[in-house]
Amino acid sequence: MPEPSRSPRVALFVTCLADLLRPQVGFAAVKLLEAAGCRVEVPEGQTCCGQPAYNSGDRADAAALARQTIAACEGYDYVVLPSGSCAGMLHQYPQLLADDPAWAERARRLTARTHELTSFLTDVLGAKALPPARFDHTVTYHDGCAGLRELGVKRQPRQLLAQVTGLNLIEMRDTDVCCGFGGTFCVKYPELSTRMVSDKCANIAATGAEVVLAGELGCLFNIAGRLAREGRAVKALHVAEVLAGMGDGPGIGEERS
Amino acid sequence: MKSTAHRFKAQATAALANAELQRALHKAGGGFVDKRRAAVAAFPDFEGLRERGKRIKDHTLCHLDVYLARFAAQVEANGGKVHWAEDGEAARRIILDICRRARARSVTKAKTMVGEEIGINDALEAGGFEVVETDLGEYIIQLAKEPPSHIIAPAIHKTREQISALFDQHHHGSHTPRLREVPELVDEARQVLRNKFLGADVGITGANFLVADTGTVVLVTNEGNADLSLTLPDTHIVLAGIEKVVPTLADATTLLRLLARSATGQEISTYTTFVTGARRPDEPDGPSDYHVVLLDNGRSRMLADEFREMLRCIRCGACLNHCPVYSAIGGHAYGWVYPGPMGSVLTPQFVGLDAAYDLPNACTLNGRCQSVCPVKIPLPSLLRRLRERQFERGHTKGAARWALRAWAWLAQRPRLYRPLAGSAVRLLALLGGKRGRARRLPLDPGWTVSRDFPTGAGSTFQAQWHKRRKQGDD
Repeated sequence: MPEPSRSPRVALFVTCLADLLRPQVGFAAVKLLEAAGCRVEVPEGQTCCGQPAYNSGDRADAAALARQTIAACEGYDYVVLPSGSCAGMLHQYPQLLADDPAWAERARRLTARTHELTSFLTDVLGAKALPPARFDHTVTYHDGCAGLRELGVKRQPRQLLAQVTGLNLIEMRDTDVCCGFGGTFCVKYPELSTRMVSDKCANIAATGAEVVLAGELGCLFNIAGRLAREGRAVKALHVAEVLAGMGDGPGIGEERS
Repeated sequence: MKSTAHRFKAQATAALANAELQRALHKAGGGFVDKRRAAVAAFPDFEGLRERGKRIKDHTLCHLDVYLARFAAQVEANGGKVHWAEDGEAARRIILDICRRARARSVTKAKTMVGEEIGINDALEAGGFEVVETDLGEYIIQLAKEPPSHIIAPAIHKTREQISALFDQHHHGSHTPRLREVPELVDEARQVLRNKFLGADVGITGANFLVADTGTVVLVTNEGNADLSLTLPDTHIVLAGIEKVVPTLADATTLLRLLARSATGQEISTYTTFVTGARRPDEPDGPSDYHVVLLDNGRSRMLADEFREMLRCIRCGACLNHCPVYSAIGGHAYGWVYPGPMGSVLTPQFVGLDAAYDLPNACTLNGRCQSVCPVKIPLPSLLRRLRERQFERGHTKGAARWALRAWAWLAQRPRLYRPLAGSAVRLLALLGGKRGRARRLPLDPGWTVSRDFPTGAGSTFQAQWHKRRKQGDD
């Protein structure tokens, strides 16, 4: 753990979805972390946390990606991810590598300093020194399941959003019910997934919010894709984008200006 | 019951398109969830209670042989007869033998999921006995010739109109004005069942808990039908899985507090009955002939393997009520006796993993089931473990397996991954164009059926990050 006087060195594990499809989430995370006094680095050699393999029963590939991620991200004061499910995946590494004591120990050391972004900003850094942000919109917040139930992320994003000027949060019904993404679930069982995301979109629309936020790009792509197909004029953004004052551009899947 | 779990996908799709079923599910949906939430909030330290419940079950499962032997000895000491059934066939044979020896014609049954598990109704009817289900929901689906669709609310998939039509057909024909209101329907069922209770020769019940210390069988209902099924006939048969045993009465009461709150949001079920043996000489009623059939049917195998935690299950149904997949399709789509998350773990144990491919997979691993389970069964982890078994055995289907392996292979080669990912995101952005999303994608296995695909910015974060860093250094 770092001394209080020294600014912590933070490894940003950007997650493959942010890396490939929503880079702004990565830059928003960097901005938030730097404003909070962290020195941010993006370790080379990071790709995927192994979640798709792990949840599909492919333990060997998941373990290989776990070792790769550990090797890339160890040696920092903290590892921070703008995703509850990917952060939750890193917390699975010790049991995933339990057969190999040396790797299991490295995994435990890494896991102990690994945090989901909003949880890190509040629980570790005390929700201080956010960059000034203004967002004159009514929003609603979807709780991603892995962050909520594996890591207890619920209060933290709301606590941070309360500091954004002009933002009005209206809670939706069943905010803690799955949106139907579920990784490969959404393409293996498209009808079930569609039903779940349609219910989610109806709950979002019922709040009258102009924007839906979440801390999980998987959910957000699913929700944004369905909102667009239903022709609903609700914008979807990662919570980090709004917190960093970067929420005014096109939303996820929205027409580029 | 013959499993149709291998047809889950088609059955789920049909369930989503079944307007009447959707109406029934919509009406039922949320009721159990809201009531449970209120009951849990009103209880000081429900989390502590869950932990105690879990420990009671874990301890008992560690010493299951000891507690079962103690329970059996106590039942026999109380004048009952204990039968050990290795599988469903053995249990059916034992029960039919008892009914024959009792020269029974009519058998009343209080709802038992283990009874469904071994198909006892069909066996009894084939043996020439009249079988009457006495739980209202179970009675309704018996008339409809359907299996239960929920482990505590077996007819939850039926609308009031459907029930009204069933009663019309079976009770009085169409010459009498059809009953429309719920109280009228309940009254009529009560009258029909009252005569069945009085005429029954054998009563069969399940068990919620078996108490080793005293040989007591604990039963809960909200209709009192178990009490009438076990006190009026001269023969009472208890049918229970071996995992139902707990050490003491105090343990049973801890679990009762968890069960009612988790199942229906009640503090306690309307009727909680402790049965300890046959009628004593000085007692006015109760059966003279009392049997307990203890069923293994694969449970001792589960005890020995990595699915042991599933044996903690007390059959409250909370995981079904909180599952977004179950809520969308109801129980029949799962294709066997136990639906929802607990069923998706259990069914493969009974019918084989290869005959239930979809059950462990048709789940988003959202964890809501685990968060409400009164005995903290890690249902998502158990489902993931089943996926691991499927992956090891090569059951995981062709294209999905290929795509996952390809992704994992590439992700393990960052220096190849980065340029390829860069090209892929450029291509995606081209497909999305100015709209920023695509309505159709090549090679898409199912996303764009109902959703647009947000196509991204055209370059990766890592590429942009390194470029900026480099510019910063210059």
